Amino acid sequence: MADKLHFSLVAPEREVFSGEVDRVDAPGAEGDFGVLAGHAPFMTALREGVVTVVNGAQTRAFEIHGGFADVNAQGLTILAEHAVEAST
Amino acid sequence: MASLKEMRNRISSVKATQKITKAMQMVAAAKLKRSQDAAQNARPYAERMSAVIGNLAAGVSGDGAPKLLAGTGSDKRHLIVVAAADRGLAGGFTTSITRAARDRIQALVNEGKDVKIITIGKKAVPPLRRLFAEKIVASYDLSAERTLTLSVAQPIAEDIIARFEAGEVDVVTLFYSRFKSVVSQIPTAQQLIPAQITDAALAPDLKGAAYEYEPSEEGILETLLPRNITVQVLSALLENMAGFYASQMTAMDNATRNAGDMIRGLTIQYNRTRQAQITKELIEIISGAEAL
Repeated sequence: MADKLHFSLVAPEREVFSGEVDRVDAPGAEGDFGVLAGHAPFMTALREGVVTVVNGAQTRAFEIHGGFADVNAQGLTILAEHAVEAST
Repeated sequence: MASLKEMRNRISSVKATQKITKAMQMVAAAKLKRSQDAAQNARPYAERMSAVIGNLAAGVSGDGAPKLLAGTGSDKRHLIVVAAADRGLAGGFTTSITRAARDRIQALVNEGKDVKIITIGKKAVPPLRRLFAEKIVASYDLSAERTLTLSVAQPIAEDIIARFEAGEVDVVTLFYSRFKSVVSQIPTAQQLIPAQITDAALAPDLKGAAYEYEPSEEGILETLLPRNITVQVLSALLENMAGFYASQMTAMDNATRNAGDMIRGLTIQYNRTRQAQITKELIEIISGAEAL
């Protein structure tokens, strides 16, 4: 797939992740969802869980706690109250 | 003219003071770096947050809008939140914030508005208490906090929101010092309630597509708006912290330099007095010898 999704994960203290990725899976308040490039505008509350970022063969996981996801033409932004990279 | 011993004591006391101010300057410089980073790291979150709220606010308008966004429709009762430093010895840092707040409070009082004050930081209290003692409803002391996190800002924001929801106040304004650069901190007034939508946060181009919301638009706004207040309080505190250390560093640098000037002046005076005394003693000895 040629198109990449711009994803940023921001916690109050700092920006945890920012960059172009293939796919992001996130735990929405009403069910998990995945976001690819060109997703329709969408906004949801998040519950506690793991955000998975897939870029090529690479996969990174972040544990988040509370927050919001905002998908628009510019990409996906997750505002989390707490976010740490999960140790694998 | 002071005696030589008095002058020696004076010089050594100024030297001791200079050592202290020098040390404080270096400590402030080190802490400035860290607090500056903290303030910078916190900016993306606050910016995104206001962008998201901007998006939402564009869609929600009219009667359905939450009160935190639309206000109560009145501007009779004001709550002024003044965030200043917990410690002194930072030049005019606290003074410039409290002066800006004081002018605003005075203007509101003159307009016949009802004003309440919340102070954050020990140093904000005395100058405001002198003029508006009966208006201060709460004071927060953050001197025990080592790092500023969301959990520090949370109780303050909750207090503000509780007062708003209890119908005590209509408009909430936060006074803090925006950290522009090391030499320039600008006392800033920021309106927290009703939420201000900045132009920069206007809705992005959706290319005709409509937003989907989970759960509902209102549901999201209702949780997002209180959190936004917390974030704004936190970023004000972080900016304040950076500004405080910058201001302290400058003040202590000046103090060190002034002490240096003083030591030089006193040393010259000391040496002159000492030489004059030696000359006088020599004259006495010589004239004594001549008299024999």
